[in-house]
Amino acid sequence: MLDARIPSGPLEQKWEKCRFEMQLVSPANRRKYTIIVVGAGLAGASAAATLGQQGYRVHCFSYHDTPRRAHSIAAQGGINAAKNYRNDGDSVYRLFYDTIKGGDFRSREANVYRLAELSLNIIDQCVAQGVPFAREYGGLLDTRSFGGVQVQRTFYARGQTGQQLLLGAYQALQEQIAAGTVTMHTRTEMLDLVLIGGRVRGIITRDLLTGAIDAHVADAVVLATGGYSNVFYLSTNAKASNCTAIWRAYRRGALFANPCFTQIHPTCIPQSSEHQSKLTLMSESLRNDGRVWVPKKKGDTRPPNDIPEDERDYFLERRYPRFGNLVPRDLASRAAKEVCDEGRGVGPQGRGVYLDFADAIKRMGVEEVREKYGNIFDMYEKITGEDAYKVPMRIYPAPHYTMGGLWVDYHLMSNLPGLFVAGEANFSDHGANRLGASALMQGLADGYFILPATIPNYLATNSLEPVSVSHPAFSQAKAEVAERLQKLLKIRGRRSPDSFHRELGKLMWDKCGMTRSAQSLREALARLPELRQEFWENLALVGTGEELNQSLEKANRVSDFLELAELMCIDALHREESCGCHFRIESQTPDEEAKRDDERFCYVAAWEWKGPDRAPELHKEPLTFEYVHLTQRSYK
Amino acid sequence: MKFTLRIWRQKSREAPGKFVTYQVDGITPDMSFLEMLDVLNEELLARGEDPVAFEHDCREGICGSCGFLINGLAHGGRRGTTVCQLSMRFFKDGETLTLEPWRARAFPVVRDLIVDRSAFDRIIQAGGFISAPVGSAPDANAILVPKDIADTAFEAAACIGCGACVAACPNASAMLFTAAKLVHLNVLPQGQPQRYQRTLNMVAAMEAEGFGSCTNHGECAAVCPKEIPLEFIGRMNRDLRRAIFRRRFERWRDATQ
Repeated sequence: MLDARIPSGPLEQKWEKCRFEMQLVSPANRRKYTIIVVGAGLAGASAAATLGQQGYRVHCFSYHDTPRRAHSIAAQGGINAAKNYRNDGDSVYRLFYDTIKGGDFRSREANVYRLAELSLNIIDQCVAQGVPFAREYGGLLDTRSFGGVQVQRTFYARGQTGQQLLLGAYQALQEQIAAGTVTMHTRTEMLDLVLIGGRVRGIITRDLLTGAIDAHVADAVVLATGGYSNVFYLSTNAKASNCTAIWRAYRRGALFANPCFTQIHPTCIPQSSEHQSKLTLMSESLRNDGRVWVPKKKGDTRPPNDIPEDERDYFLERRYPRFGNLVPRDLASRAAKEVCDEGRGVGPQGRGVYLDFADAIKRMGVEEVREKYGNIFDMYEKITGEDAYKVPMRIYPAPHYTMGGLWVDYHLMSNLPGLFVAGEANFSDHGANRLGASALMQGLADGYFILPATIPNYLATNSLEPVSVSHPAFSQAKAEVAERLQKLLKIRGRRSPDSFHRELGKLMWDKCGMTRSAQSLREALARLPELRQEFWENLALVGTGEELNQSLEKANRVSDFLELAELMCIDALHREESCGCHFRIESQTPDEEAKRDDERFCYVAAWEWKGPDRAPELHKEPLTFEYVHLTQRSYK
Repeated sequence: MKFTLRIWRQKSREAPGKFVTYQVDGITPDMSFLEMLDVLNEELLARGEDPVAFEHDCREGICGSCGFLINGLAHGGRRGTTVCQLSMRFFKDGETLTLEPWRARAFPVVRDLIVDRSAFDRIIQAGGFISAPVGSAPDANAILVPKDIADTAFEAAACIGCGACVAACPNASAMLFTAAKLVHLNVLPQGQPQRYQRTLNMVAAMEAEGFGSCTNHGECAAVCPKEIPLEFIGRMNRDLRRAIFRRRFERWRDATQ
């Protein structure tokens, strides 16, 4: 039975109570503990910096050349906080409620409430660090509303909020590196996790420049290695984003929770050619002022500005009059797919819908639109060559975020003692669907506030034997990592890592994408082992493992995606309900909305690795709702 | 579209490098420059040759990983654009393009088009931060920041640390990079307590890394994909002069008391 270690007592007092009950490590003893943080995005950098400030000996690892490259940097829209600076009815409880409901009742009340509480401190912390948030003329912070909510609680720095928050955490991290509390290991990729005596005691890494395989010992390990949307090949994630760290941890016994919960973001630039290497997201904040439409007629090829008003279908406003263009991401994405499936899509491939700013420009003037969205309009023009001030943008959904991830308890510790997981890499707070501007909030809540409280408690309440890298567990793991890389290099086949990755991505997009059915998932499950086998027989690589070898890095990551994809399909097949982003065709309401099945599926599905040729084992963590009434989500 | 590519190939920091010529065909105008390199690399891999190593990640112009010289121009010379967002429609079919890594003493070549930019991190370590340990922050709205100041700070903070400014400068100076961070932090009320020490420390670190001096060419701002204005270097120099003056004054005061 999974114990989520949720404190007893009223919702509002759980975190306070938990913090008081946790043991502390005295300042003089902190430097005796070594903590490894893998990943230096928002969650990783903030955790490493904060633990460094507290006086622990921190080792932080990143596969980039500098921690400032992490993919958090690309988040555009903003970060939520229940400050109620607008006096528009916001509160911690409302943010909590919106997040639970937005996640379609598949997250833990206690975790989400804590997240909403900490949102207040996050904004304070970021402002103190010098994050240049948007301001009003009086010098106060500006906010805007964001996908799926009716209050203006999103703080932002133009369309570059993620960049500015990451740089804040990066600078705090650099300060600690200079102070000597944090040792930074750049261009170093984690390839395995090491357990000794049932506890996580270190990691195995590969130096991406020299290929050296090294062991690192620690008293606790934090994985903050992001999500796995790149399983779809084309996604909004950065090219290097991968599942390797969490997947190798899974293979060492960490449970993987809700792997099928993947979010498809509605406002991305449509794919234009076969060679496309990634999809570009445009901030969802665009939906605040842009109106989404397609022609009413099928196959209407007139230029958008020639289509008269009464021949346009503003399908989100029509279907969801109360929320209009601001419905949650899953609903907006699916509605766009449906109108395109009907043959009413626009653009060269017919996979796109218009996002029109003509009304906003009439209402606010071009200058105000430019002030709010200028950089996104510029980016759109760079990629498509079209001027969105004059013609409507074309958008289409793309994989963007994964709610699933390693299972963690209330302390953000996995089922493996000593392994903590933060940010997108864990499954914790977004249920079956994440609301806009919540990812930055969660990453920073985990890194600045939660881990720096719960890791000391773990260190203080467990007596950890000293271990060294000469322990057989380390040498064995090192040998296994080296052997796997050698195996990849020795295949000498004919297909590149990218060609396998593209095929995997297309398969997953078609069979386990925006809509899923038992049949499509079974087809994927039949094809995946064949694809994996072909990969291990026909992969083409050149060079050696003892140098900078980007194809080898890629192949190694693709090998893990090929395994993860199967777990995603198994999870999606077992969850015979629709909830949030997981839309099973078999489970719909009469008006074709997602139909949950709380009787049978109101739980977290946590999967345990049982070996390469054996089915994973399902563990269920039941979800109970004491404060929010379980309702069928409706944004009509 | 077809292109002839002359690409700098260098196995490692120590190994000698040279230009190697490749042909690519079947390129479409909507492909990005890096997607063209992907096509080349797929072909090289199929022929059993080493793919061209280049850095890239987000491919939407914000992570700062990518960057090399195209015909001598950082990021290809299109205003406000990183090489990952540079589309092939900006080039002429049949053109010869010369690709080489950033050239600067402080940025040693790692392999092919990849250079080591860790010197930038060390400049930030010297003072590119506001010390605000977690837990100590006042309410966010307790600190008022006039809108024009917040906008200036943002404009400076938009730097992505790609290194194009250094590559474009005839002196390989890192003034624009350093100035961007200094202006970001030095204009904000939160940044005042450490303002002058930060300026002295970061400028000293910049010099210690082997970057050259500024002689007002303005190439840095011309190639900056985030269009950081040249004027920020002037602001940095003003703060530097004030910082030096204050330090001298303090020494004189201490000596005379």
